[in-house]
Amino acid sequence: MLTKRIIPCLDIKNGRTVKGVNFVDLRDAGDPVELADVYSKAGADELVFLDISATEERRKTLADLVLRVAEKVNIPFTVGGGISSIEDVDILLQNGADKVSVNSSAVKNPDLINELAGKFGSQCITVAIDAKKIDGEWKVHLVGGKVPTELNLFEWAKEVEQRGAGEILFTSMDHDGTKDGFANEALAKLSEELNIPIIASGGAGNILHFVDTFNKGKSDAALAASVFHFKEIEISDLKQELKNNDIPVRI
Amino acid sequence: MKIVIINYGAGNIQSIKFAIQRLGYEAVLSNDPEEIQQADKVIFPGVGEASSAMQKLKESGLDTLVPKLKQPVLGICLGMQLMCNYTEEGDTRGLAIFDTNVLRFNHGVKVPQIGWNQIEELKSPLFKDVTEKEYIYLVHSYYAPITEETVAQSTYGIAYSTALQKNNFYGTQFHPEKSSDVGEQILKNFLEL
Repeated sequence: MLTKRIIPCLDIKNGRTVKGVNFVDLRDAGDPVELADVYSKAGADELVFLDISATEERRKTLADLVLRVAEKVNIPFTVGGGISSIEDVDILLQNGADKVSVNSSAVKNPDLINELAGKFGSQCITVAIDAKKIDGEWKVHLVGGKVPTELNLFEWAKEVEQRGAGEILFTSMDHDGTKDGFANEALAKLSEELNIPIIASGGAGNILHFVDTFNKGKSDAALAASVFHFKEIEISDLKQELKNNDIPVRI
Repeated sequence: MKIVIINYGAGNIQSIKFAIQRLGYEAVLSNDPEEIQQADKVIFPGVGEASSAMQKLKESGLDTLVPKLKQPVLGICLGMQLMCNYTEEGDTRGLAIFDTNVLRFNHGVKVPQIGWNQIEELKSPLFKDVTEKEYIYLVHSYYAPITEETVAQSTYGIAYSTALQKNNFYGTQFHPEKSSDVGEQILKNFLEL
């Protein structure tokens, strides 16, 4: 039986992890490779690296990091952040990334999704969507959720599926950082209306939130950052509790 | 031991190379027919779309070489699918090593299947020291049905082949290089055949 996936997300800047990471037992908590190794051994099903660098050398720095992760880690990982062309994707996949995620660049140039899926296959193209509710309607936002667009979340999600996305990483800006649970209503609607996997993101605060997003939100995977980085939730405890709730997980 | 990963421009071969390194072996990437023929073990990877991968294989003349190889050959993911007779993806004729067609998932499940599923009914030296129902990582939209050549199966809407074997030819739908310690054991078993 296909299991539900637990995905820690690491924010990367200039090849280093950012946002506090509270791993006292790590020699270098800023080293994404070491952190990735810890998470893979702890039972993470997949990893996401989100690059937020804005330097000239970012492409090469990120490619080097991807290569070092691939060398060390034996679970799949996705790389996102600033990807806007076939060349960007090619260099990341060549260096060992399993999937890439595109966000703002896909909104600005939707044909990019078709091009990437055609060239590399849908299975390695994740489209990340940031959205928040404005006057009762879920609107897609850009630039890490700062810039609103006129796009409706569900319409955009259907379009990216048609254009060849292999899965969707949906972050609710209304829930992100609140530690109050995932946007399960919107997630369930996405899952019902689409036929590709949906990753829930934004709002994880405790173990029950994960149970809820798989049961009520019908999510295929759940992504979180700080609850894992600050050891508020141990992946082994989380998976055991999911199992106790009859949610299929890899233990 | 000489291990060659066939490099025909399709897929994430770096990860396979690294996984082999972690097991203490070295692999070379090559599309040179002579080098491939002389290898002790050949890995035939593949990620992406079937018809364009098959096209690349033909351009390098490897479509006629691979079926004639005598040493153990391991096809991974799309590599395994291309070793079958035919795949619905891109209406593509394969290498006809495994006697089956590859079909698109169409059983009320999300496509692609992405994530960890269990393998069972294990029947190959590939699975030495691997227990039934271990978890392996998969990402695919097409599948090989269960046949006499099936040596591992999983269920996603229906039961299907997650590994095939015929003589010296092995194929896994899952990615051993991405399937944690279980995957590395399977890769090790192949290298030590």
